[in-house]
Amino acid sequence: MHNTNYHKASSASEAASLLSGADDGALLAGGQTLIPTMKQRLAAPSDLVDISGASDMRGITVSGNSVTIGAMTTHAEVAASKELAAVCPGITSLAGGIGDPAVRHRGTLGGSVANNDPAADYPAAMLALGATIKTDKREIAADDFFTGMFSTALDEGEIITSVSFTAPASCAYAKFPNPASRYAMCGVFVAKGDSGVRVAVTGAGDDGVFRQSDMEAALASNFSAGALDGVSVSADGMLSDIHGDAAYRANLVKVMAKRAVAAAS
Amino acid sequence: MSEGIGAAVKRKEDKRFITGAGRYTDDIRLENQAYAAFVRSPHAHAKVTGIDKSAAEAMEGVLAVLDGKQLTGDGIGNIICGWAITSKDGSPMNMGAWSALATDKVRYVGDAVVAVIAETKAQALAAAEAVDVSYEELPVAANIGAALADGAPQIHDNAPGNVIYDWEIGELQATDDAIAGAAHVTEMDITNNRLSPNAMEPRSAITKYDAAEDHYTLYTTSQNPHVARLVLSAFYQVAPEHKLRVIAPDVGGGFGSKIYIYPEEIVCLWAALKTKRSIKWTADRTEAFLTDAHGRDHVTNAKMGFDADGNIVGFKVSTKANFGAYMSLFSSAVPTYLYATLLSGTYNIPNIYAEVLAVYSNTVPVDAYRGAGRPEASYVVERMMETAAREMGKDPAELRRQNFVREFPHQTPVIMNYDSGDFEGNLNQAMEAADWAGFEGRKAQSAANGKLRGIGMACYIEACGIAPSAAVGSLGAGVGLWESAEVRVNPVGTIEILTGSHSHGQGHETTFAQVVADRFGVPLDSIQIVHGDTDKVQFGMGTYGSRSGPVGMSAIVKALDKVEAKVKKIGAHLLEEPEENIVIEEGTVKATGTNKALGWHEIGLAAYTAHNLPPDMEPGLKEGAFYDPLNFTFPMGCFICEVEVDPETGKTEILKFVASDDFGVIINPMIVEGQVHGGIAQGVGQALLEEVVYDADGQQLSASYMDYTMPRADDVPSYDVLHHNTKCTTNPLGMKGCGEAGAIGSPPAVINAITNAIGNNDISMPATPAKVWAAINSAKMAAE
Amino acid sequence: MTTVSMTVNGKVAAAVVEDRTLLVDFIREHLRLTGTHVGCDTSQCGACVVHVNGKAVKSCTMLAAAADGAEVTTIEGVANGDLHPMQKAFNDNHGLQCGFCTPGMIMTGIDMVNRYKAEGKTLDEKAIRHELEGNICRCTGYHNIVKSISQAAGEM
Repeated sequence: MHNTNYHKASSASEAASLLSGADDGALLAGGQTLIPTMKQRLAAPSDLVDISGASDMRGITVSGNSVTIGAMTTHAEVAASKELAAVCPGITSLAGGIGDPAVRHRGTLGGSVANNDPAADYPAAMLALGATIKTDKREIAADDFFTGMFSTALDEGEIITSVSFTAPASCAYAKFPNPASRYAMCGVFVAKGDSGVRVAVTGAGDDGVFRQSDMEAALASNFSAGALDGVSVSADGMLSDIHGDAAYRANLVKVMAKRAVAAAS
Repeated sequence: MSEGIGAAVKRKEDKRFITGAGRYTDDIRLENQAYAAFVRSPHAHAKVTGIDKSAAEAMEGVLAVLDGKQLTGDGIGNIICGWAITSKDGSPMNMGAWSALATDKVRYVGDAVVAVIAETKAQALAAAEAVDVSYEELPVAANIGAALADGAPQIHDNAPGNVIYDWEIGELQATDDAIAGAAHVTEMDITNNRLSPNAMEPRSAITKYDAAEDHYTLYTTSQNPHVARLVLSAFYQVAPEHKLRVIAPDVGGGFGSKIYIYPEEIVCLWAALKTKRSIKWTADRTEAFLTDAHGRDHVTNAKMGFDADGNIVGFKVSTKANFGAYMSLFSSAVPTYLYATLLSGTYNIPNIYAEVLAVYSNTVPVDAYRGAGRPEASYVVERMMETAAREMGKDPAELRRQNFVREFPHQTPVIMNYDSGDFEGNLNQAMEAADWAGFEGRKAQSAANGKLRGIGMACYIEACGIAPSAAVGSLGAGVGLWESAEVRVNPVGTIEILTGSHSHGQGHETTFAQVVADRFGVPLDSIQIVHGDTDKVQFGMGTYGSRSGPVGMSAIVKALDKVEAKVKKIGAHLLEEPEENIVIEEGTVKATGTNKALGWHEIGLAAYTAHNLPPDMEPGLKEGAFYDPLNFTFPMGCFICEVEVDPETGKTEILKFVASDDFGVIINPMIVEGQVHGGIAQGVGQALLEEVVYDADGQQLSASYMDYTMPRADDVPSYDVLHHNTKCTTNPLGMKGCGEAGAIGSPPAVINAITNAIGNNDISMPATPAKVWAAINSAKMAAE
Repeated sequence: MTTVSMTVNGKVAAAVVEDRTLLVDFIREHLRLTGTHVGCDTSQCGACVVHVNGKAVKSCTMLAAAADGAEVTTIEGVANGDLHPMQKAFNDNHGLQCGFCTPGMIMTGIDMVNRYKAEGKTLDEKAIRHELEGNICRCTGYHNIVKSISQAAGEM
């Protein structure tokens, strides 16, 4: 790892000011992706601003169907939240399936969303739940936030502080993990809410998380796994790698979507 | 005898490991220690046209930047393969030069070019990045097909067409005739996937040069420190043998990968002399993938002929073996004498012919990995048997049963002479434990849940106890494969066993002590096993090929025989009874028919005080022995695997895995079962999960745990491990060895189960979900 | 450089380290507690698992500076007396062979049992295997590790 300057921020605003003072600074959330990347010398930020202890960016608030999750809330905290599970079990079970227990103790929702790894789980939840990503500067709809593999609408220096969404009537996440990394080889989050059905797919697309509109249409009138039988998923635009080709991933999209719908029904 | 042979004694060595007090090489820090980092080739095949070290040399903390020309200029020799194989035409194998630091050419991604020595590890890594090596890229042959293609790039000048040797065994004409006259012939193309051993402890070395004594020390992650010292001195001329101490302290798994002497140890020893500093190097996992010898990587065509009754009449095998860019230490023996000699399996096969083409490619060198040749043989034989049964409409168990070897000793057509076994006994035991008869009912249950259930078996045999020295010498081995032991009974009666075997997880500190406790009835805690240090232990050959039991313990037994004889003499003298009446029981030396006895410690004391010994007897109580095996040993068994495949995703779940092994006499069943568990997990890994993948440019696409699928706890089941043992007739304890069996028998059992489940016999390892899903679909399409 | 101060196995440990220093390097190289191991570079193998403020984390994927002020427990500090029940269970059930992954397995096992007990959940074989997702062992085939954790869960 190249050397770096470490700073600890106790709030989002302190983090923003530390970051603006750095040459080539980076935010350090749980570090479960950034630190391995730095160890492999693939990233070498001049400064690291550790926001994991920023108290104003942490915690889960559930008020009726309104949910707000602080960006620095760990996967383990989301997974263990009983009040969140009561209104949105899809997201707690998703969080409980990210990485492994040790990773879940450190990794954060904000870190995952900001990185937008094409095989990460949270982006699918954000997109399917129609979440709003709140930053220290503005609010961004999930539909506008994820702009492609490892790419988001965040400006330089902009910090995600929380995400919020309205818990849908029903939702579920089904994931087929990559056998080696255990990241999603295909993960499908399905949410049925007041504004209709949203289906978001991670791990499979060659440009990151995306919504599957054919499935959304099929499920809008008939929210059942069987409704997806007639939907064909094209292999175009699917990832292909040593673990599976595009045709296999296209198949997984359908299989996982059906399983998510079955779990949500 | 609760601590003796056959007792499931808890391991003596565990305490330090479970408390964090183990001492692995990277845990050691020497005074005045600097760090090495290696500049490695990013290209699979290229000429080195220039090395600019100036920027690196100017960096803070940098002590030396060393290249291959300096290394060879200082007389450091090339890395060698220690087993000479002769081709069909009588020509010797074509071994290309392998310098620890590349001089003119690099031949695989990861080939070491420059070593940087610096005060800290971070400084060494930073300076390594600053070394500017210029390359002229050459065309790449990253697999067997590319290496043998017309116009393939020439990897070593002295290996035309990239062929190292073209070897054969058995009778070609007789085998061809037998197959031509067969009522049924099964033919298959079979690939054995390339694996990375992945001991959890990465390789590491620390070297020290003591100018006052003109003496070197190497701490290293080795399975065989004496072999390392021999090769480092005799062939690489790094240091004279009597001036080099090699210590292999706690070693975190080996599986073959830590047998070999790698460039890094050579360079670190040489650099210690050049810099007059202790030098430490520890691989990270990526370096491990890029440099630890890989295993397997065979492509085989096999034909097996049967008569009208289903008896095997002939077996013909043609194998191409990928050796990677250089010939590693034992590489040449793996696809020949450790592979083709096991092609008779557990069966009576009158005619066998095998030919093996050894091929260079621009990949990591390939050498022995747990099982080494025997898993490849077992996979070929047991896939063929299963397929033949299916083709002939026979029950796969019955076809095997019908062809089993039943009389011993049994001479196969391919060198091996099986001494013992009851193959049918293991088959029956496994089938009963697996409830083979109830399979159809379970299959129907799975089908009702939309799942495909399958069952498969493999009746493996392997050769362990490597190996009779004269025999392997006649076959080209550069070393003898005996083992040594020394038994030191101290004046107070405690016992030290110095063994040439090396424990890196096998539990020798417990099992070896059990053999001693069994013999003399002394407490296990009074026995210490000393190993892994060339300054403490006499020359020994180390641990690989499941040899520490049948060979290592046999040496201990031989030395114990000598100790026992002397103890009895001393006892007879002191008790004033005839020697033939003296017995040693429960730590006491007794004269039968009398109440005369001496405590074990009293004998020790008498031996060392020497006040009252028999006339002409030398003082002391210390005996050594070298044991050279009379034959290989032949562990065998029957493995049965039952799987359920999800047809929607292609994911395989192993529901049950039964192993019935014949290991001969077992010293500690708990440890033996642990060896089988681990072996099965590695075999399941090969069958379902693991593969080193290269692209056409020779870049490894699977060089981290993000892409190389290691078996994890939820990938494997709990195993049913059973024994049906017959005593080995060729060594004193009757042991056969158990370290590799699990990895040898399991891949064909798993693949036979999956192909049974999905109704498509055409699948290669690893049977990943994506491959299984595709195979299910193509079987469906074929049926439609 | 940065000054870090934390409690490791009940003792205050303070040092001035480079900002990039990983927690595992602080533990191994500065404190010379070498029971915590490094087996990979991608946070997969779990040989480096320690407890930070009572929770299992991969010490190869956390900066020492980020653990400033924390309570850290390593394999050397788990026993209250001779052996922790989890350590004893690994010995009783032959849950280790080469021992390299063992400290991480034990630290993960203790964390797992603590969490399941706190939540009142049953730690059966399937749950143990799932919870071990972040710990790789090459020797044991996991069979006896699962047995070990299961035994300790009954004793802790």
